[in-house]
Amino acid sequence: MLNYTIRRLLFAIPTLLVISFIIFLILDLAPGDPTGQLPMTVPPEVREQIRQSLGLGEPIHIRYLLWCNQFFINEPINILEQMTGWKFGDEERLRVRSWATRSPVVDLIIERTPQTLWVVGMSYVVGILIAVPLGVISAYRQYSWVDQAGTFISMIGFSVPTFFTGVLMIVVFSVWLGWFPSIYDTTHVVEDWDSFVFQIEQMIMPVMVLALFNASQISRFMRASMLDNLNQDYVRTARAKGMTEQVVVLLHVLRNSMIPVITVIALNIPQVFGGAIITEQVFKVNGLGQLLIIGIQGADYPLVQTLTFIFAVLIVFFNLVADVLYGILDPRIRYD
Amino acid sequence: MTDATQNAAGEKTSGSVADQPIRAHRSLWGDVWAQFKTHRGALIGTGIFVVIVLIVLIGPFIHTTDPQYLNIRDKNQGVSWEYPMGTDQVGRDIFAQVLAGGRVSLAVGFTAMLLSLILGALVGVLAGYFKRLDGPLMRLTDLFLALPLLPLLLVIIMLFRDTLRAAFGPEMGIFLLIVFVIGITSWMQTARIVRGDVLSLKEREFVLAAKSIGTRERRIITRHILPNVLSPIMVSATLGIANAIITESALSFLGLGFPSDFPTWGRLLYDSTNYIQQYPVRVIWPGLAISLTVLSVNYIGDGLRDALDPRLRK
Repeated sequence: MLNYTIRRLLFAIPTLLVISFIIFLILDLAPGDPTGQLPMTVPPEVREQIRQSLGLGEPIHIRYLLWCNQFFINEPINILEQMTGWKFGDEERLRVRSWATRSPVVDLIIERTPQTLWVVGMSYVVGILIAVPLGVISAYRQYSWVDQAGTFISMIGFSVPTFFTGVLMIVVFSVWLGWFPSIYDTTHVVEDWDSFVFQIEQMIMPVMVLALFNASQISRFMRASMLDNLNQDYVRTARAKGMTEQVVVLLHVLRNSMIPVITVIALNIPQVFGGAIITEQVFKVNGLGQLLIIGIQGADYPLVQTLTFIFAVLIVFFNLVADVLYGILDPRIRYD
Repeated sequence: MTDATQNAAGEKTSGSVADQPIRAHRSLWGDVWAQFKTHRGALIGTGIFVVIVLIVLIGPFIHTTDPQYLNIRDKNQGVSWEYPMGTDQVGRDIFAQVLAGGRVSLAVGFTAMLLSLILGALVGVLAGYFKRLDGPLMRLTDLFLALPLLPLLLVIIMLFRDTLRAAFGPEMGIFLLIVFVIGITSWMQTARIVRGDVLSLKEREFVLAAKSIGTRERRIITRHILPNVLSPIMVSATLGIANAIITESALSFLGLGFPSDFPTWGRLLYDSTNYIQQYPVRVIWPGLAISLTVLSVNYIGDGLRDALDPRLRK
């Protein structure tokens, strides 16, 4: 297993390099120009100097290698220095800087990550907590009204796009009923009971929108996986031994059915970050997704490049996690 | 897959000739339809989808108001006979806009789906049939699956929007760009499924028979392989439409899709969220149109998957 993990990790490196190069190429081949948004009164030679200062004078492969150097070597060292307080050589390392704010991109991302993690992470947990029991009941009482309702709701959950469910929730719960605020206030600090209640109130809607979407996907997998296992021989054996129905379903069947579901949960995590781009826009959460949209609208290439690449890293990483988890959880799977 | 069912059906008829002399002719698509009919959700879904397509296609001939006509005196009107869904902040008829937007949204959905199907089927068949191409093509598929699609779509549209607009005109340019980017980022699942089916199909006897009488590779693929992978392709077609419509709306919703004067459902939703406090009903119409379309298409896909699976057929 360790062998397999190491092999997969090694294989992930060229994949990520290729992806980073594709992202780099797309941004580079684009006809736009970062100096295009400057006023017309800026003379051409100043314009050229600005281009040079942004590092656009070099040929493409040099710029790509420079970016790799900044991203894979300089930034990790910086993060390490900040975390441990150690010093490594020269302080004046070249960093990936945002063109719009002139501050290092990594700082911007670190600033925005907690909001996204809170909303996305919470919604994923809530989604799983809804999906697993729903899937178990749906499969155990197949074709009952619970199953019918669950199937219908999960169909709605992944057919109706999150930007409509989000907007609909705002209309119902904040415009008509006035229960929850429609905009997520990130500057809010939790210090006492009242502010805690407010934090919960403002989180309910974005979390529920994403949770509904996640739950609808996971519950279908859970149901299918439970149905596969419920007719197996070992279930009959367990019943024949005189075990209670509760033990059979919740201990024997559920544990085995969770194996494929856990890999799906791991595989979907990057997708949830992608979905958060839209949800953050709906509820005005200033997380990573909104940072990406701002970067795209302001033609801030280094920021967009780094964020897109981080999303790619997430996808590759969780693919790996899913495969390794599958091997660990299911002893029938052997990769060697 | 389909050959097996045809064979099985053929054997059954010949075996029961003695006691059942008259038997209605059964075709593959007849069987599929018979199974499809039993799926209630799929039938309702088909009905709703057909109704939506008809309304969007025929509607503008009956409700002839120009969606771009500004009637500033009638701005922010409620629901009435003249304006079935009211008017927006500059007095444009929302119903006419939803109809016009539906045409664009459905057109994007269909064209992007076609493009991704052609790409997916091509890659899948080539990878499954030719062993030499299998490795490289599947690595390419894996690579595409590892790309962060939504961010990349946004980036590509932001970067190439103005160039394409200049080249093909403001409307056609953005249409081509969106169809193209959705198409080339959604073919991977189809390719994987088709490849898997082709891998098992090409080892079957009928392909061997075709080979042994000297059929050319191209003819084997078009005549024997492609018809047999039609069912997974059809299922991914329905999912492809749903996916393309959602992606297009998401892009428009983020402000990076179609411009405001060339509305789609997503764009209408995006524009009406600015007035969500004053006129909350306005966001319902385009959102409902997207949701109903996608929901019905997904149900059709569900029913089609069951109907095309011979193991489930009675």
